[in-house]
Amino acid sequence: MDIKRCYQPEIEAASRDYLRAIQSARLIQMVKNCYENVPFYQQKFSEIGLLPGDIHSIDDISKLPFTVKQDLRDNYPFGLFAVPRDRLVRIHASSGTTGKQTVVGYTEEDVLHWSEGAARALVAAGATKDDMIHVSYGYGLFTGGLGLHYGAELLGATAIPVSSGNTQRQVQILQDFGSNFLCCTPSYALFIGETVADMGIDPKTLPLRGGIFGAEPWTDNMRREIERLLDIKAYDIYGLSEIAGPGVSYNCACQDGLHVCEDYFYPEIIDPDTLEPVPDGTYGELVFTCIGKEALPLVRYRTRDIAALNRDRCDCGRTLVRMSKPRGRSDDMLIIRGVNVFPSQVEHVILEQGLEPNYQIQVERKDNLDVMTVLIELSDAMFSDSVQVIQEAERRLKNAMLSTLGVSSSIRFADPRSLPRSEGKAVRVVDKRSLV
Amino acid sequence: MAIEQVSVFFENKPGKLVEILGALAENDINICAYSLADTSDYGILRMIFQDPAGAVAVLKARGFTAKATGVLGLLIDDRPGSSVRAVKLLSDAGINIEYTYAFGVPGGKACVLLRVKDNAQAEAEALLRADGARLISHAELF
Repeated sequence: MDIKRCYQPEIEAASRDYLRAIQSARLIQMVKNCYENVPFYQQKFSEIGLLPGDIHSIDDISKLPFTVKQDLRDNYPFGLFAVPRDRLVRIHASSGTTGKQTVVGYTEEDVLHWSEGAARALVAAGATKDDMIHVSYGYGLFTGGLGLHYGAELLGATAIPVSSGNTQRQVQILQDFGSNFLCCTPSYALFIGETVADMGIDPKTLPLRGGIFGAEPWTDNMRREIERLLDIKAYDIYGLSEIAGPGVSYNCACQDGLHVCEDYFYPEIIDPDTLEPVPDGTYGELVFTCIGKEALPLVRYRTRDIAALNRDRCDCGRTLVRMSKPRGRSDDMLIIRGVNVFPSQVEHVILEQGLEPNYQIQVERKDNLDVMTVLIELSDAMFSDSVQVIQEAERRLKNAMLSTLGVSSSIRFADPRSLPRSEGKAVRVVDKRSLV
Repeated sequence: MAIEQVSVFFENKPGKLVEILGALAENDINICAYSLADTSDYGILRMIFQDPAGAVAVLKARGFTAKATGVLGLLIDDRPGSSVRAVKLLSDAGINIEYTYAFGVPGGKACVLLRVKDNAQAEAEALLRADGARLISHAELF
């Protein structure tokens, strides 16, 4: 089949039988690796009387136990790694609930496979080795920046590691360097688009052709707005550091669901209550097994993202299963400007500052950027009749939130007993972002 | 010998001031003077009552955060220039005035209320006294 804009057609458009054979072989190898090298998994398998020899094909995946984020925290920082330290070439981390991060590691091979995922996403979006790839995701422990960067380099394109921030300079680089593809969060893409307009630049004069946006929820309306403001095609990319990073799944030219790199990251959808697999097309919790990973081979990792799988043949010619854009979470995690925020982290900061945890988190989207406000009831102990003292307390909390959450917030004191109590189902989060 | 002022915190939104003033009115509590400090998010209403403890109890019962704070009360003549001397005295001594407000009293006098940091209050009081200023107590106000 003639398939255009495809980085690895031998995999991306492989026959289902061939893919299953790869998946089965990798799963068998992975379970053996987990059993032999990760005491956590050896114990978990033993608890249910499972031996590596019980896994004969990918169909046996449902015999395996689940892994959750807490397991990573309990084994912080390197307890779930399956390789000796000298085989690791990279560490990344994402925020955890109490200031403790979720740490992930990669071997050279792991970085290569992840980069292949990012390269597949870039090519599916229309990028070639001759393009300039402008990466405005943050570089650092967050996987966004380096993920797309390595994908671009693997493709043989030119990576521009701009990182996030300094939006006027972003636009200057788009213009002067002639970036062809932009990679960042969709909300930042909108902001860049508006800055282009504010600077009086006609987007049609920019060499930019497309963008790959992810790391936070976005809607078709946002996609259209980004496409209009930057005069490009906007493509979705999905990933999470526990599995690899951006490039676990990606949009093709059809922009109808995200093709999953299921040769490395095997997806399942389960009912989050019964934990039973659900039929294709049914929404449920997305679960990944890192069948191709060496350093951190997570078994049936529960992402908490709610999505559905679609195995219908895609018009692009790819045979890789498609997942829907995640449409929610099965836990209380918030994604604020691409950063994962748990209400428990906010509570942790409040307690640490010696305050009572009577609070509410409000999230809005203002000028296309997520704005988080933490309302905290002002108790007698905190009350001062000096405006300065109250403002000082606000500043202190704001700084503490920033250093723990990694994203800025505003702090507002509220009247005592004006917020819902923690008994019963407290409304801790009011998300006013309309993402329909 | 400070005057006991009552401060109450509230979110800056319509209806809050009515709630506070209404609660006091219902309990037949007279406000001798008040001053409002506000930001876009919240306000602090500072008030003088004959019975500060009673007023705090009423406000707390309504769910407000309220507390008493000591401020200096200065009795001055109600004519041009009479408050500048005291303020200049504190200023020259490097004592910062956090806030101040005033109200007229019968007999051609005025009462200036001054708030300085707790640890500067004794010094401010001594300086004012030495300068011949007339400091008044809570009881003298009523």
